[in-house]
Amino acid sequence: MTPFKPVLLEAVGVPDGHTIASYKSRGGYAPLEATLAGKQPTDVIEMVKSSGLRGRGGAGFPTGLKWTFLPKDHPGPIYLCINADESEPGTFNNRILMEDDPHQVIEGIILSSFATRASTAYLYLRYEYPQSWHRLQAAIDEAYAAGYLGQNIRGTNFSLDIYLHRGAAAYICGEETGLIESLEGKRAWPRIKPPFPAIEGLFRKPTVVNNIETMACVAQIARRGVDWFKSIGVPADPANPRDPGSYGPKLYCLSGHVERPGCYEAPLGITARELIEQFGGGVWKGRKAKAVIPGGISMGLMTESELDTPLDFAGPGKVGCLGLGTAAVVVIDDQTSIVDFLHNSARFFAHESCGQCTPCREGTSWSLRLLERIKAGKGRLKDLDILLEIGNTMGMMPGSTICGLADGAAWPMKNAIKKFRGEFEDYIKRTNPSGWMVTDPVPALQIVGAH
Amino acid sequence: MPVIIVDGQEIEIGADERLNCIEAARRAGKEIPHYCWHPGLSVVASCRMCLIETGQRDAASGKITMVPKLVPGCQTPVKDGTVIVTESQLVKDSRARVEEALLIDHPIDCPICDKAGECLLQDYHFQHGQPERRADLQPFHSRKRDVGPTVTLFVDRCIMCTRCVRFTREISGTAELMVTSRGAKEEIDVFPGHPLDNKLSGNVVDLCPVGALGDKDFLYQQRVWFLKREANVCGGCSAGCSIHTEHNQDAVYRLKPRENPHVNKWWICDEGRYGWHHLHDQARIREASRKATSLSHRGNAAATPATESIEWAEVVVKLRDDLKAAGRLAVAVSPMLTIEEAWMLCAVARSIDPEAFLALGFVPTHGADESFPGGFTIRSEKCPNRKGVEEVLALYGAGGHSWNDLLAHVTAGKADAAWITAGYPGPWIDTAAADTFADLKQLVVQDLFDSPLMRLATWRLPATGFAERAGTWVNVAHHAQSFRQAIRPPAGIWPEGRLFWNMLGRRGLYDATAVRQQIATSSPAFAALAGELPVTGVDLRIRQLA
Repeated sequence: MTPFKPVLLEAVGVPDGHTIASYKSRGGYAPLEATLAGKQPTDVIEMVKSSGLRGRGGAGFPTGLKWTFLPKDHPGPIYLCINADESEPGTFNNRILMEDDPHQVIEGIILSSFATRASTAYLYLRYEYPQSWHRLQAAIDEAYAAGYLGQNIRGTNFSLDIYLHRGAAAYICGEETGLIESLEGKRAWPRIKPPFPAIEGLFRKPTVVNNIETMACVAQIARRGVDWFKSIGVPADPANPRDPGSYGPKLYCLSGHVERPGCYEAPLGITARELIEQFGGGVWKGRKAKAVIPGGISMGLMTESELDTPLDFAGPGKVGCLGLGTAAVVVIDDQTSIVDFLHNSARFFAHESCGQCTPCREGTSWSLRLLERIKAGKGRLKDLDILLEIGNTMGMMPGSTICGLADGAAWPMKNAIKKFRGEFEDYIKRTNPSGWMVTDPVPALQIVGAH
Repeated sequence: MPVIIVDGQEIEIGADERLNCIEAARRAGKEIPHYCWHPGLSVVASCRMCLIETGQRDAASGKITMVPKLVPGCQTPVKDGTVIVTESQLVKDSRARVEEALLIDHPIDCPICDKAGECLLQDYHFQHGQPERRADLQPFHSRKRDVGPTVTLFVDRCIMCTRCVRFTREISGTAELMVTSRGAKEEIDVFPGHPLDNKLSGNVVDLCPVGALGDKDFLYQQRVWFLKREANVCGGCSAGCSIHTEHNQDAVYRLKPRENPHVNKWWICDEGRYGWHHLHDQARIREASRKATSLSHRGNAAATPATESIEWAEVVVKLRDDLKAAGRLAVAVSPMLTIEEAWMLCAVARSIDPEAFLALGFVPTHGADESFPGGFTIRSEKCPNRKGVEEVLALYGAGGHSWNDLLAHVTAGKADAAWITAGYPGPWIDTAAADTFADLKQLVVQDLFDSPLMRLATWRLPATGFAERAGTWVNVAHHAQSFRQAIRPPAGIWPEGRLFWNMLGRRGLYDATAVRQQIATSSPAFAALAGELPVTGVDLRIRQLA
C-alpha cells in the first residue's frame, strides 16, 4: 500500500498551524475566493454531489444530496448547523480538526453556507472542549478580520455569521434534531420526522446539520478537486444500486488496547487489522485482540476473525455491526471480559437515553440492571435471552423509537451476546452455580403484595 | 372519497379530513391503544403504545406495499389507500413489550391509587399486556410531590407521556411543568418557586392516563367505580362548558370536562371544576317558608317575627293568591334558570298579573373575559343562561329589561309585589340594593343562600343548583345545550321547574323536554331546539339563518 499523506490533518504538528496565516500558506481560502468570485451555489452543490462525499458524523448520508432537500427559492432564513457535539465514546477526530486546523473547518462552513444559501451558521460545540472553543473563536475572529465572514463577503451579496454555541454535555445533543432542540434552548428530545430538518428545522426554518469533518472535507474538495477526492476510498458496489460508495480520506480514532492510540488519517476502506498494525503499532503488550469496536461504541463489535473487514461505510455492516459510525476504532484485548464491556456500554446508554420513547428509556435501564445482576453473581441464562429480545426490539430499525440512540444501545448488546455467548454463559454459570438455570417467571401479584 | 383499509375492512373518510391512524381506525371500530397522543395536544409519538403496521394500496394495480417496520399511529396521517394493520402478531408483541416496559418502574400500587378503575395502564395491561412479569426488580415507592394548590404528583406512577407538560405549554400557556433528569430517572416537576397554579390546572389530572397526577379535591374521596356520571353543563360562567357530573347517592364528587368541539373542546377551568361544593353547603335554604307577619291569622306582627315553613302543595296555591292580592307584579328572571324554567316563570307571572313587569335577573360578573393560548376562554359573566333568558323575555315582550330597569321600576313605585329568582352560588346583593324592595306588599325570593334580600322576603323559597335541575342553557355564543338532572336536591327542595309547572296547573311530573318542544314550536328564535338535541348542543341561530 502506498503511504498516504494526510490531508485533513496536514496542519497537525505545524507550528501555529491553527492561525489564518499558516492556513493560507497551505493554500487555504483561495478556493473560497475563487468560488465567491465566479461560481454559483448550485456549482458547489454539484461539486460536493459528484465527489460522493458522505456525512462523517456517523450515518454516512450523502452530503450533496442532503443539501438538495432544501426547498427551492425559499425566502429564508436557511440555517446551517455544524455538529461538533462529538460525544460517541472513543471519538475525537472533530476535536483534532477544531484545535489544530480550525480554518479548514471554517472555510468548509463558508463554502457550505454559500451552497445552501444560509446566512447564519451555528456551531454546536460540546462543553468538554475548552481548547476547541478558544481556537475556534480565535479563528472566527481572524476570519471576520480577514473579510471571510460578515456582511457582503468579498464584495458579493453573500453574507455569513458563525455563532459558536456550547452545549451542556449530553450524548443526545449529537442527534441532529436533538441538537436543533437544544440550540433552540429546549430539552434535547429528538423530534419526530417528518418534517425533516431540511424542510423544518432550527426555529422551524429549513436547516442542514453537518459534521465538523464533513466541513473539512468540503474545504479539501474545493481545494483539490473532485477527481482527487474520488481517487481515494472504495468505489460504489456496482451490484448494489443503493451503495453510493465510500470516497475520500477519513480520520480514524484509534484507542483502547493498542500501542499507539491516536487520530490517524487513512483512505476509507482500510481494514481494522491494517489500522491497528500499521498505525497503532499492534495490540498492546503483545496480546491479541478479542474484539474491536469499528466506529464508536454504538456500532457493535467485530471479533478478531472479522478484523480484515474494510472500514468503509458498507464494511462493518457486512459483519453484523451497525455501520462505520464515527470511525472510532476501540481495541479490546483478550484479557478483557466482554461482560464488563457490555456492562460499561449499557451503563453509558442508560445514562444517556433522553427518556422520551418508552422502549429506549426502559429498555436501556432494564438491560443495565440485568447486567448489574449478572455481574453481581445472580445471573441466569434466561437473562441473555431477555437482553437479546430488548436489543432486537428497541430502536429506529424495528420502528420502536424516534431516534437512533436505542439502535446504538442495542447493537453492542446484540453483537456481544451473539458473538460471545459462550463467554457470557461461562460467566453466569461460574458466578451463579446454584441459580443460573432458573427460568421461573416472577408473578406480578407478588409485587403488589409488597405494598 | 378517500378509502382507508383497517384490518381488511374498507372505510371511507371525508375528502378534506386530516386524520391520523388512531382516528381512522376508530372509525372502523378498532381502538389503537395510546398514552401520549391526545387530540387537543401536539403529537410527540413517544409512548410507542400506538405502534402499528401500515402500508399503501396502489390505486391502479390494487397491490399493497407494507412499510417494513412499525410506525406510530398517532404520527402517521392517512390518505387514500392507506392500509392499517392493528392486530398482527408483530403489533401485539410490541404492545405487550411497551406495557411490560412501563410497568418495570411503576409501583403497581393500584389498591391505594385513586386512578384505579379508570387507569389506562391497568386497562391496557389487561387488554394488551402479558401475564408474566419478567423484570424481577424492586419497583420504586409512591413518592408524592406537591406541585400546586390543586394537584399532587405521585412521581413513580408516571409513565412520562408528557401530556401534562404539553398542556401547560400549549393550552394554558403557563408552562409550569417540565421534565427533569434523563432516561429512566426522568420525572415531572415544577420549576422552583413556580407551582402549578394556573386557572386551568385541574385539566392535567384528566389528561394523566395513569395515577401520577392526583386531584387534591378528589383524592381518596371515592372509588371511581362507585361514581355515576351525567352529561351536564357547567353553570359557572356564560361559556357553558360541557361537563360530566360524577356523583354517588346524590352527592357530587367531582366534575370532569366532557368533550364538545363547539364549546370547551376537552377542557374546563378550575373555577368550574371545583365550583360544585356549594351544592352540599349546610347553609343552603332547604324549605319553603313564609314570613309570619304576612299571615293575618297569626295576629300581631311585632310579636311573631319568625317564619313558618309551608308545604310545597300549599305554596302552589297560596303564593298565587298572595301575589294576586298584592296587585302589580315585578319579576326578576334569573340567568341561572334554564330557558324552560324562565319560560314557565314568565307564564306564571303573566297569569297572575297580565301586566307583570318582567326583567332579567341580576347578572353576576367578575373581572374580564380571560383567554388562554389554547383557545379556551373563561367568561367574566358568572351565569350560564343570560342569552337564553333574554330570548325568553323577548317572547313575552320584555326584551331588554335588565336588573337595573327592575330596580328603577320598583323604586318608582310601579310595583306592589316582586318575585326575585336568584340561585347564585355566592353573595350577590347588598343591603342598599335589597332595601329597594323593603316597602313591597309581597316579596318572593328564590335563592340558594340567605342574603339581605332574603331577610326582607315575605316568601322564602329555596333554589336548586346546576346539577340538580334539568333543562337547556344558552351560552354566550348562542349555543344551546340540554341536560338532565344529575342529583336530587336536598330533601324538601322543589326544583324551580317543578314549582312553575305545578303553578301552571300542568299534570304529572315536570318534564323539561316537553316544555322545550313547546318553546321550540312557539317561537322561531328557539326553532333549533325542536326534536332530539345532540349531546354537544345546537347553535340557536342555525334555523334562523335558513
